[in-house]
Amino acid sequence: MSTATATEPQQSSAPTDIVRNWKTPVILAVLSVLALLVFAIGAPDNSVTFRLSAPNDALVLPDIVLSAVVTGWVTAVLMLAAAIWSFRLVRSGRKVPGWLVAVFAILFIVGFLTWVVGSARTPNVALYGLLAGSFTLAVPLIFGSLSGVLCERSGVVNIAIEGQLLFGAFSAAVAGSLSGNAFVGLAAAAIGGVMVSAVLAVFSIKYIVNQVIVGVVLNVLVSGLTGFLFSTVLSSDPARWNSPPRLPIISIPVLSDIPVIGPILFEQSVVGYLMYIALAIIYVGLFHTKWGLRTRAVGEHPKAADTLGVKVNRMRFMNVLLAGVVAGFGGAFFTLVLVSSFGRDMTAGQGYIALAALIFGRWNPLGAFFAALLFGFATNLQYVLSALGSTVPNQFLAMLPYVVTIFAVAGLVGRARPPAASGVPYIKG
Amino acid sequence: MGWGLKLELKGITKRFGSLVANDHIDLLVQPGQVHSLLGENGAGKSTLMNVLYGLYEPSEGQILVDDKPVTFDGPGDAMAAGIGMVHQHFMLVPVFTVAENVALGNEATKAGGMLNLDDTRARIREISDQYGFEVDPDAVIEDLPVGVQQRVEIIKALLRDAEVLILDEPTAVLTPKETDELLGIMGQLKADGKAIVFISHKLREVKAVSDIITVIRRGKVVGDAPASASTTELAEMMVGRAVSLTLNKEAAQPGEETFTVSDLTVLSPTGQRVVDGISFGIARGEIMAVAGVQGNGQTELTEAILGLQDHVSGSIRLEGRELVGKRVKDIIGAGVGFVPEDRSVEGLVGTFSVAENLILNRYDRPPFARGLAMKPGLIAKNAEQYIAEFDVRTQSAEAAAGTLSGGNQQKVVMARELSRPLKLFIASQPTRGVDVGSIEFLHKRIVAERDVGTPVLIVSTELDEVLELADRIAVLYQGRLMGIVPAGTSRGELGLMMAGMNAEEAQAQQAQAEAQQTDVEGGEE
Repeated sequence: MSTATATEPQQSSAPTDIVRNWKTPVILAVLSVLALLVFAIGAPDNSVTFRLSAPNDALVLPDIVLSAVVTGWVTAVLMLAAAIWSFRLVRSGRKVPGWLVAVFAILFIVGFLTWVVGSARTPNVALYGLLAGSFTLAVPLIFGSLSGVLCERSGVVNIAIEGQLLFGAFSAAVAGSLSGNAFVGLAAAAIGGVMVSAVLAVFSIKYIVNQVIVGVVLNVLVSGLTGFLFSTVLSSDPARWNSPPRLPIISIPVLSDIPVIGPILFEQSVVGYLMYIALAIIYVGLFHTKWGLRTRAVGEHPKAADTLGVKVNRMRFMNVLLAGVVAGFGGAFFTLVLVSSFGRDMTAGQGYIALAALIFGRWNPLGAFFAALLFGFATNLQYVLSALGSTVPNQFLAMLPYVVTIFAVAGLVGRARPPAASGVPYIKG
Repeated sequence: MGWGLKLELKGITKRFGSLVANDHIDLLVQPGQVHSLLGENGAGKSTLMNVLYGLYEPSEGQILVDDKPVTFDGPGDAMAAGIGMVHQHFMLVPVFTVAENVALGNEATKAGGMLNLDDTRARIREISDQYGFEVDPDAVIEDLPVGVQQRVEIIKALLRDAEVLILDEPTAVLTPKETDELLGIMGQLKADGKAIVFISHKLREVKAVSDIITVIRRGKVVGDAPASASTTELAEMMVGRAVSLTLNKEAAQPGEETFTVSDLTVLSPTGQRVVDGISFGIARGEIMAVAGVQGNGQTELTEAILGLQDHVSGSIRLEGRELVGKRVKDIIGAGVGFVPEDRSVEGLVGTFSVAENLILNRYDRPPFARGLAMKPGLIAKNAEQYIAEFDVRTQSAEAAAGTLSGGNQQKVVMARELSRPLKLFIASQPTRGVDVGSIEFLHKRIVAERDVGTPVLIVSTELDEVLELADRIAVLYQGRLMGIVPAGTSRGELGLMMAGMNAEEAQAQQAQAEAQQTDVEGGEE
């Protein structure tokens, strides 16, 4: 066989026709034309003030004052340039780089903000407040999507995030009120989340019931159960059952004095800091530890894991329970931080939005974190704008986050690949 | 080295309900030997190995490792005892790197449970160098060719200090060249004192590599044979009766070329040219066999003919009529019979009865249907006729098709497709996973269809089958046609073509190799 090496055939990959994906350039072009028409040509004739710090901050930054017309034109032209460049890239058979899309997104946001604030009755917005509010709204979403990451990475679809959040909120409120201690409430929230998780785990892993159905049923069940207890027990004596103390806000010295980001990141309740810790632990754990390797393996190819001595269903059970703890903390945020009482269905679909953030973030803890922030930002923007007296009808503003998401998921993110065995029960033998 | 490990199975019996898959099997595997387990599909080889690997618990019997009885509660226990297994379907996580796959379940860790993949990488390189595997620890599994994936499986076992390696049908997915390399690796492992259990139904490979051969039939050990036993002897032991390994078919009488494919290109959804500018023709009364390693465009080629593929350009003509762009139903109506490669998924409806499956291609027209009504009497009679004619072993015509054995399922599919006059007959992997007795029968039916004057297109990844049936052989590699060669072409030449060489190059190189072979006659080989 020694002569064979001379004319050895090449193990090249199959010939590929260049598949030009025009989706990204087309979306960029549509958005930049929209920007040109609305942000530039339709720019209001006044200047816009972005306030970076509150007057009583340790370090007061000057306000940023932009002319709406100039900003509108500059951003629109830059976006148009980016769109044209992406067309040329695709035509020459190359891909549109991620950073170009990111720059485009930032330009779009700046252009949009300037235009929308500029056309409001008071063209003056506190940027720090806008961002801080976004962050606050994102906290339960982040917990929810981390719960989803834990479940789906190990192969269990978690539609029950909503139920976990709601039951966590309920448990925190009741336990917090009865004990008079917010930290007892926090612990109770974790237990509440685990209880919902346990039902999900038993039915989907042990009894192999369709996971989507179990999840949906759990959400309805938790909503009904907490709603019933709310109207019978909690409402009968709110002082005893439904007035939990709030978790204290802890500001970290020095760090919380950093302009703009300081108050956002370093003036949080315990739950807010727990969120950072959970994010870090889950991210590092998933990609750099033995537990994470096994978790991802049972979510991708459970049989392979089984043949190597990994107990697949035990792994999944543990992860689903852990996800309950995480989502429970998210629930506690509603009743121990945001407001200090439980209300019927107070999570209002946040669990489903967390699920969307999980997919938007491509089943990656960091991706889910940023996706949740985007949702939080879009939601808060809507509140802030209606307070400023925007000329855009409120209903359209409310639609904005979701329109952005559809564009982002469909065009800019590309095809996401879920864990291969997510939703597929593992039956031995 | 040679500390080796002796493995003994005593009276292993495994029952699934009333079915006895393994019946008092005794087996003694010695270190430094390749011990082949030969048997037909369904003889109980894989069940036995799954018992040995702790995936099944034996109903009776004992496993002894170095004369000490052991019980395995799961694969973990088997691995701890020094047994490693390379599964027929690789147990690798496609999106993980080689190192991650190797580490899984046996993770080297630093403080706090943090993975220490550097350690794993180093050990992979060590083993890779020792055996000449050329495996990159950081490559992602799904990007690797199957031959390399298999080496990763072997590394996995070796890193867990396996002294006994079970290889379950390891050559099924390999090119002839990769197979040769694997057999070489087995030799090296043997020299290192490892015991190798080689499971296969391919007589040639078993003979080439074994020290001892144990033949299993219907869950029982028939006996042991030395590697020097003849193929006919082994085949007889395996099947339990004399079988003719060669099909005595008459020379083809090719008529007019009624089926032509010209410049056919099929794109995958992601734009890959999975079939790349293929042209060929088949005459009436001729069998064209398509050879190639699995995944080189065969599936897409047959599916394109049947109208199941989306992005097809070029032309496919049957008796002058263009088939590209037609609906599947019209193509079937034009007289194309099709045996798909995966009978249980595409060939049959497993929960339907045998009788119903036998009319799936004609259920909506007379005589089996009148208007909206079906005629159960005729359907039953039709079933009776074909069950008898094709010798389908089933409890009744009403039994669910999914409960039949592989060979009998394939007979049902074949009976259905051959139950009407055809203008083209296509069979993909007609005998995959079918017992030797049925293979003989199915091959005869295919040749009979040819002799009626139908152009026949066979796709098979088994070179034996291709050589057996073909009047002409077309070799596919990465969607391209490497050439069409006559039936008598040598295995070596076909193997080179299957690895991407065109017909002339392959012929030249094969001639050169043979010349050299004669030079060193009596040499080390």
